[in-house]
Amino acid sequence: MKLKQTILAIAGVALAGSLQAATLDDVKAKGHVQCGVSQGLPGFSNTDDAGNWTGIDVDYCRAMAAAIFGDASKVKFTPLSAKERFTALSSGEIDVLSRNTTWTMTRDTQLGLNFAGVLYYDGQGMMVPRELGVTSAKELDGAAICVNTGTTTELNITDYFKSNGMSFELVAFEKSDEVVKAYDSGRCNVFTTDRSGVAAERLKLTNPNDHMVLPEIISKEPLGPVVRQGDDQWFNIAKWTLNAMINAEEMGVDSGNVADMMKSEDPSMQRLLGTSGDFGKEIGLENNWAANIIGMVGNYKEIYEKNVGPDTPLKLQRGVNALWKSGGILYAPPIR
Amino acid sequence: MQDASSKGSSVLTKLLYNSTWRGWLFQALVLLAVIAFFVWIIGNTVDNLQRLDKKTGFGFLDQIAGFQILTSPGVSFMGYEAGVSTYLDVFWVGVINTIMVAFIGIIAATILGFMMGIMRLSKNSIISAIATVYVEIFRNVPLLLQILFWYSVMITTLPAKRDQLSVFGDLGGLNKTGLYMPQPIFADGFGYVALAFLVGLVGCWLYSKMATGIQHRTGKRPMGWPVYLLLLIGVPLAVFFLLDRPLSWDIPVFNNEGPILKRGFERETGMVLKPEFLALWIALSVYTASFIAENVRSGILAVAHGQTEASQALGLRAGLIQRLVVIPQAMRVIVPPLTSQYLNLTKNSSLAVAIAYPDIVSVFAGTALNVLGQEIEMIFMMMMVYLILSLSTSLFMNWFNGKIKLVER
Ligand SMILES: N[C@@H](CCC(=O)N[C@@H](CS)C(=O)NCC(=O)O)C(=O)O
Repeated sequence: MKLKQTILAIAGVALAGSLQAATLDDVKAKGHVQCGVSQGLPGFSNTDDAGNWTGIDVDYCRAMAAAIFGDASKVKFTPLSAKERFTALSSGEIDVLSRNTTWTMTRDTQLGLNFAGVLYYDGQGMMVPRELGVTSAKELDGAAICVNTGTTTELNITDYFKSNGMSFELVAFEKSDEVVKAYDSGRCNVFTTDRSGVAAERLKLTNPNDHMVLPEIISKEPLGPVVRQGDDQWFNIAKWTLNAMINAEEMGVDSGNVADMMKSEDPSMQRLLGTSGDFGKEIGLENNWAANIIGMVGNYKEIYEKNVGPDTPLKLQRGVNALWKSGGILYAPPIR
Repeated sequence: MQDASSKGSSVLTKLLYNSTWRGWLFQALVLLAVIAFFVWIIGNTVDNLQRLDKKTGFGFLDQIAGFQILTSPGVSFMGYEAGVSTYLDVFWVGVINTIMVAFIGIIAATILGFMMGIMRLSKNSIISAIATVYVEIFRNVPLLLQILFWYSVMITTLPAKRDQLSVFGDLGGLNKTGLYMPQPIFADGFGYVALAFLVGLVGCWLYSKMATGIQHRTGKRPMGWPVYLLLLIGVPLAVFFLLDRPLSWDIPVFNNEGPILKRGFERETGMVLKPEFLALWIALSVYTASFIAENVRSGILAVAHGQTEASQALGLRAGLIQRLVVIPQAMRVIVPPLTSQYLNLTKNSSLAVAIAYPDIVSVFAGTALNVLGQEIEMIFMMMMVYLILSLSTSLFMNWFNGKIKLVER
């Protein structure tokens, strides 16, 4: 966001009648969900050759649209840099922020935001050119490091180098394309961000194979969708959209079999798909909200494998992002 | 009773038809509306912030800031250190960096702009063509692109960190991580040298007054330059040697050995200008100079040709004609638009964030704002900085303009 936009956004906070009142009503009135995403991070939120948004963060927003409108296409995307994302959310420019954003205490408690859960458990990693011959982050004393302004990355790296008594130079750009360019041209010796981001940005380098990711993971980066504080109904929809996708994977429903599962006699399946109970109505939606999410976008496994999984250019193993039943930490509260 | 009330209403109508009164009335109404608007907007903002449960106030200024900032004038001056310095320090780092790049940008843009403006009027067609091409290119390419251009030229073509392009022999060098130069270290007595220079400056001024006096009386001006040189350089130099040279240089150290990341110029030795600073400085100067060149050209063209002819008729040499007749008159046309160029340059320096130069927008309204989320307070502080910078530039330029403007007799 250019400065002018920041100022306009602030004017938004100043002028908006009642910003928080009922995001759901506003969204229904305008007919789409306005979703804040990145300016291009393959696997998370990125435009394909035809100009369509793809990625796991994007699919989360499509799932919200499916839950609300029964139509996954009723969503518009606003690309935001890390620096401008929170202002865009609190000013009402977007309804939900789904932009590889780390859940931290400050952001949750001091910025007027609420995190709807964790869509991807990540940690900060580092990438260096192979020719340096460095094999551990502990050997990086004296390095120049390129990062994005306004990220947890910027703060973690300072902590890490300070606590290891190493000196470094931090070069912080607003746009990640500039970060990648500066690293690629040799201005910096180290590129650092969330591990998933390293995998994604690495694809943009001139020779991705000349670079390697160091083994250290220096932080916890639980990435998840964010909404404004003060609107519990909207917060609930955001939380349960995510929970529904994770529960669907656990219960074995996906976009292929959801139609059959509608006939299921299993009570927990009936609650999820809305064939019994009023779970949808209670959060202001139709009862088949979750069936729409699963049918139109898919369950967690589907969006993971489609966007970031081992068969994509990012080649990310499920790891901790596997279900709790399969050795991961993905665990959604039950629908009941 | 009836009488009185009809009298009252006639006073009212009279007042209403009285244009002075009516004027006052409307002004008062407008003022009231403006006040009401501000009361409403402030109340509304506070309401909205409370609903968002956001922190407010300026308490954040003494919190400790936990992020590193790129080596830059502000960081050196404030002695900024991550985990020790506060957000107030971050603010000052940003302010100093903005002022620094704007100030030296203005100086470079002025020199380059005057050069190009004068060259464009040259009778030599090659020289004037160079200036024309310069102006047309740099005036018409968006500034952000120019900034990114200079930056990528630097970080792609310069030697890597472990190499250097020798520019000052053994005294420093240039590579992707910056331009390294010797740093002057002033010892105790250096203040006296500076004082001697000031004394020399005052001496020059007095001498030139005296010389003008003599010239008026006798028609002959006593010698100029040798005396000025003696006063400005000779006197301070004498003091410098008398005090046993109270100045030394910290020369950047270049390492060829050791851990691979430690090779190259050693941190904390010498003085360094980072490529982020250099690229922004060059881009701002070159861009603004193209506008100043046009101001200068139009200023000179605005001086009627008859002035030059009349001076020639008096037998003045070409150089003197420029210095004594044309330039002083041209300055009256050049200076007012110059002010707005300086203001533009200062404001344009906020594009720094694109190439990681830690100016106030990047480091305070960017990094710090993202940690704290207090947009209203922080953007307000930042706007005050630009306001104060703009007002002081304008004030200075108005004063300068007053000095050179036509003295009406
Ligand atoms: N998860 C971190 C970092 C997020 C971040 O902005 N990462 C960068 C580098 S991977 C990014 O997403 N860039 C993509 C873009 O700006 O388009 C945070 O929330 O602060």
